[in-house]
Amino acid sequence: MTIVAKFEIRYSQYLDPEGKLVQSPPGFARDPKELIPLYRWMALMRAYDAKAIALQRTGQINTFASLLGHEAIQAAIGTAMDADDVLLMTYRENGIQLIRGVTLKELFVYWGGDERGSNFSGPRKDFPICVTIAAHVTHAVGAAYAMRLRGEKRVAVCVLGDGATSKGDFYEGINAAGVWKLPLVFVVANNQWAISVPRSAQSASETLAQKAVAAGFEGLQVDGNDVIAVRDAVDRALAKARSGAGPTLIEAITYRLSDHTTADDASRYRDPEEVKAAWKLDPVARLRAYLGACGVWDKAREEKLLRECGEEVQAAAQAFLDMPAPGAEQMFDHMYATLPAALAAQRAQALADREE
Amino acid sequence: MAQITLVEAVNLALARALQDDESVVVLGEDVGTDGGVFRATQGLLGRFGPERVIDTPLAEALITGMAIGMAVEKLRPVAEMQFAGFGYATIDQILNHAGRMRHRTQGRLSCPMVLRMPCGAGIHAPEHHSESPEAIYAHIPGIRVVYPSSPRRAYGLLLAAIRDPDPVVFLEPTRLYRLFKEEVSDDGQAAPLDVCYTLREGTDITLVSWGGMVPETLAAADALAEEGIAAEVMDVATVKPLDMDAILASVARTGRCVIVTEAPRTCSIASEIAAGLAEDGLLTLLAPVRRVTAYDVVVPLPRLEQHYMPGKARILEAAKNVLAFG
Repeated sequence: MTIVAKFEIRYSQYLDPEGKLVQSPPGFARDPKELIPLYRWMALMRAYDAKAIALQRTGQINTFASLLGHEAIQAAIGTAMDADDVLLMTYRENGIQLIRGVTLKELFVYWGGDERGSNFSGPRKDFPICVTIAAHVTHAVGAAYAMRLRGEKRVAVCVLGDGATSKGDFYEGINAAGVWKLPLVFVVANNQWAISVPRSAQSASETLAQKAVAAGFEGLQVDGNDVIAVRDAVDRALAKARSGAGPTLIEAITYRLSDHTTADDASRYRDPEEVKAAWKLDPVARLRAYLGACGVWDKAREEKLLRECGEEVQAAAQAFLDMPAPGAEQMFDHMYATLPAALAAQRAQALADREE
Repeated sequence: MAQITLVEAVNLALARALQDDESVVVLGEDVGTDGGVFRATQGLLGRFGPERVIDTPLAEALITGMAIGMAVEKLRPVAEMQFAGFGYATIDQILNHAGRMRHRTQGRLSCPMVLRMPCGAGIHAPEHHSESPEAIYAHIPGIRVVYPSSPRRAYGLLLAAIRDPDPVVFLEPTRLYRLFKEEVSDDGQAAPLDVCYTLREGTDITLVSWGGMVPETLAAADALAEEGIAAEVMDVATVKPLDMDAILASVARTGRCVIVTEAPRTCSIASEIAAGLAEDGLLTLLAPVRRVTAYDVVVPLPRLEQHYMPGKARILEAAKNVLAFG
């Protein structure tokens, strides 16, 4: 018998759960002060998340998908990408969007049930939130193909969950990305749960990273609660994609500290002890502990930051609440570049109904 | 001007679009080296290269999904489903993404793509190779559904579809691919979308059809003419959005209408047209509207195909029934 293929999946971590360095940090993290901006983003994400849940619980926005536990992954991706790269993401990636210039108010507008939230002002070429699972993996392939065809040095970054790696669109997409060696970075935010289905029941694959191996490109695992590890992996994958060396899949291991959405009750299917244990891996506390130990962060700075984040999300929420509701014409005016004659009568009807 | 078939007209339009606009790309299964299973993309790989004439892996959701990604990133992809029966796997992408991208982003992004699909029965093909899905696609908001019935119209409508700023499902009747030739000038002129084409004027009855049933409908009109009955024949061409005004105007003149399609009857485009006539044309009608359709059954394997598809005889029977009323 002959072995015709062999592979290995590497796992990397720089900060352990207590916030202690387990190996010498990569260049960008040598000076711990350089990590403070990442920490600020993570704190803002957490303040945003809490505010969004409060708005939902008081009936001021609709169903919301919390990003609690994903802060390190999102801060790493958001700060690593170039402005001209393109982000394709799910509904749980609002933190990356924030860093890329989508405003807090626009995010509240989206979750408030208004399409204007996806007409965001910042990263105009970023794709809108993809709700159907893994469909955006194939869109990422097309976007990356277009970039390469034009000879651009841009990269498409596609962020998905562990559940998405069960879908056909995921397999079809990564397969093609491998065939064409596209400028693509896939980040699987493996938070262990696809709503109520645990990782163990989703796939018998030892790692999700190795699915990339079947598609002919590198897959690797990182500690998704360690912002240094995620950022290092994303930096490398982006540089590789930009150089023409093809795609990478990064499986970032984290835990969904929240319910799936505000419409879910995870206590129906999750052991509270498991959640308690996962909080010990909290990415925000981990980075805070490290920065504190390095002497670049303290209680006063923390309190000031939390106060600022709280004020920022409060102001954004108020701006969203003050925004007039859209008119019924919003349903029609962007269905097509030019409203077809057949739809014009329906639009007039909708406007008339509204006035009655 | 050359006499060419419908499939050659598709090829000519694709070549013209690739030539005129460097953002146009063609992708699908076997569209490159093989030139497509019907040869619709023959010769394009050699002229425009593998970067723009793309043989994809065998993965329909990928093909439609990546076309969406390309279109959002400012290419003009023309993707091929090898047969319409395989396109059902990608309705998720068309319905949930292609048709929604512009609206979802309130005009920030758009999805100018064409999804070509050979369709229709009558070529003795295996299972899943004879579907008529136009009504399924017509139900999807945000897209256009275009269905040519002749080489000249295929050329003009395909160019229009490729240049259109919104997604278009472009259905190509396989039965007509090589049925007859027509003079087609490769002048780069697009034919208007969203309008019906009057193929033959008449005063006694309006026969409405599209795609593969148009030749049968014209043959029925010829037979009626031999009996002194002047039938107006309309080719719907764009089944979504539907040019109901043109049909209403024709029926206002003739007072009688038969609608012909090879798709199953329930919730068909024929039903939609009949409903439009009932709502807005009732007082112009001199007789009930008749639909000539396929049955609400699975497209049979080839031995029963001719029993499934409506033909000239069934169209004539319906027309005479309508003409005899009142």
